[in-house]
Amino acid sequence: MNRAGSIEAAFKGQLGSFTLDAEFTAPASGVTGLFGPSASGKTTLLRCIAGLQRFAEGYCAVDGELWQDKSSFRPTHRRAVGYVFQEASLFPHLSVTGNLLYGTRGRSPKPPADSIGFQDVVTLLGLSTLVDRSPKHLSGGERQRVAVGRALLSQPKLLLMDEPLSALDAQTKSEILPFLQRLRDSLSLPIIYVSHDMREIERLAEYLILMEAGRVRAAGRLNQLQSDPAAPLAREQIATVTFDSVVSGYDAGYGLATLTVEGGQFIAPMANVTIGNRQRVTIAAADVSLARELPLRTTVLNNLPCRIVSVTRIATSEMIVVLGLGTDGLGGRLLARITRWSWDQNKFAEGMAIYCQIKSVTLLAS
Amino acid sequence: MAGSLAPDIWIAVRLTIELAAVTTIAVLLIGTPIAWWLARTHLWCKEIVATIVAMPLVLPPTVLGFYLLLLLGPDGPGGRIAGLWGGQTLAFSFTGLVIGSVVYSLPFVVQPIRNAFEAIGERPLEVAATLRAPPWRAFWTVAVPLGRPGFLTAAVLGFAHTVGEFGVVLMIGGNIPGETKVLSVAVYDYVETSQWREASILSGGMAIFAFAVILSMILIQKRVARIGK
Repeated sequence: MNRAGSIEAAFKGQLGSFTLDAEFTAPASGVTGLFGPSASGKTTLLRCIAGLQRFAEGYCAVDGELWQDKSSFRPTHRRAVGYVFQEASLFPHLSVTGNLLYGTRGRSPKPPADSIGFQDVVTLLGLSTLVDRSPKHLSGGERQRVAVGRALLSQPKLLLMDEPLSALDAQTKSEILPFLQRLRDSLSLPIIYVSHDMREIERLAEYLILMEAGRVRAAGRLNQLQSDPAAPLAREQIATVTFDSVVSGYDAGYGLATLTVEGGQFIAPMANVTIGNRQRVTIAAADVSLARELPLRTTVLNNLPCRIVSVTRIATSEMIVVLGLGTDGLGGRLLARITRWSWDQNKFAEGMAIYCQIKSVTLLAS
Repeated sequence: MAGSLAPDIWIAVRLTIELAAVTTIAVLLIGTPIAWWLARTHLWCKEIVATIVAMPLVLPPTVLGFYLLLLLGPDGPGGRIAGLWGGQTLAFSFTGLVIGSVVYSLPFVVQPIRNAFEAIGERPLEVAATLRAPPWRAFWTVAVPLGRPGFLTAAVLGFAHTVGEFGVVLMIGGNIPGETKVLSVAVYDYVETSQWREASILSGGMAIFAFAVILSMILIQKRVARIGK
C-alpha cells in the first residue's frame, strides 16, 4: 500500500444510524467523480479523507504520503487538502482577498516552484472584478468560485469538492463548469468531485467511484464503468457512455468533424474546429442500434464495425448490449439498448462481428 | 456643585469603575475558555458545568457572599494565598472584591459568548482547518471575529453587572472607603445616615447609567441583526 501516484482510502465506522464501509483506490491525477444517490455516504467519505470525520478504522494515503492508518492520524490542518463545501462558506468578516489569502499565511515566503500564485488563481477563475468586494455582495456562483480559489491557494495536493454546484441554479451551473474544466486542464492537481448529477461527472471526470448505502459499489475508468452491465449505470434508462476523442479531420463544406476514439471514428456536426483538440462526447444507449451488415443508403452518419462483448436482459422486452469498437472489438466500449425481439429475430450472439448505428453523438462543451 | 459634595463620593465612583474594569477583563479571560468548551464539547457533563456557572443568577447574593467569605477568609484557600505575601485573608480587600465579582458576573459573560460560538457553528472552523489553520489560529482569526457581538454583549453586561452588585460586596468587602466601598454600598450608607442629597445624586447617576447600558445593548443587537449573514 501507500504507493505514489494513487489515492488509497478505506474507512469504516458508524455515524448515528448510518454505516460507512468504503474502500477505494483512485489515480492521484485528473478528476475522480464520486457518484451515488443522496445519503449514500459520499460527503461522509470526503470528510473522512479530509480528516474532518474520524472513524475508529481508517486508512488514507495520497500520492505516497500517509495521512492516517491504524496508529497515526494527521489532523485536517496538517493534510495538504483543499475542500470546497456545498455552500461556499466564505468568511463573512473578511474581504474576498482576505478569504483567498487565508490559507497562504504562515507559509515560507519563497513558495515552491510548482505552487499556484494569487494572480494565477484570479485569472483562472475570473476573479479580477471581485477581489475588492465583500463576500456579502457576491452572487452564489461568484462565491463558489472564490471558495475554489481559496482552496487552491492553500497549495493542496488533493482537492475535494462536495457537490460544489448543487446549491446553484442551472444557469449559474453552466457558467461555472467551464472554470472547473479549465482548472482540471491547467493544473496537475488530483480532484475528487462529489455529485449526484451524472451530467456534471460526464463533463469533468475521468475516473469514477460509485457509492451505494455507505459502500463503494464499483470504481474504474469512466468509460469502463458506464459500460459495465454489472454496475448500476448501464441499466438506467438514461445509460450513456463517455469517450475522449481527438478531432482528426474537418469537412468545412458540410461542417462535419471526424472524431477519433480507440477503435473507430465518429462523425459529428461541429463549429469552430481545431484539429488535434481533445473533445469529449457522450453516446446514449438508446441512440445505438445494431445491424448484421453495413447499412447502406442510410441517413445515419455513424455506422461503425464492432463486436458484441456481452448482453444482459434488463426487462421482459429489453436488453442492454455492450459493444467493443473496431472489427476486433478491442476499442472503446459502447452500450446499445435494444428489444429482445430484435436480438432474437436477427440471431445476434456474443462475440459476433457486427455494425452499430449511432443516431446521435453529443459533444460536451470544453 | 460637585465640589460641594462629600469627597468620598468620588472615591466610591473611582473605586467602582476600577473594580468593574478589572472584573470585566478577568471575567472575559476566564469566561471565554469556559464558553468555548461549553459550545464545542459533546461531553454529557457540560450542562452540569453550565449549571454551576449559572448558579449566581438564582442564589441570593448573601448566600454567594457567605460561601465566598469562607473561601477567601483566613481559614479558606484565599487566606493561604494571601499568606504568600504576608496577608491573612482575601476578604475585605480589593482583590477579594474582584474574585467575588468575577464569580457573580460569570454567567452574564459566559452565556452570550457561548451563544455566539454556537451560532458560528462547526463549518467556519472546518473551513479554517482545511486551509491549514491550526486550532489556535482558527480560534483567533475566525471564532473571535465572528463572535464579536457576543463578546461586546458580554463585556457590557459584565461591567454593568459588577457596577450594580451590592449583596456580595457587603458580605465579603464590607465598607472600607477607597478599598471596598463601592457605589451601591455608598448609597446604602448615605441613606442610613440620612444624607438624602448624596443618595439621590448617586442613585440618579446609576439610573442613567443603567438606561445607557440597556439602550446600547439593544442597539448592538439591532446592528448585529442588520449585518446578519
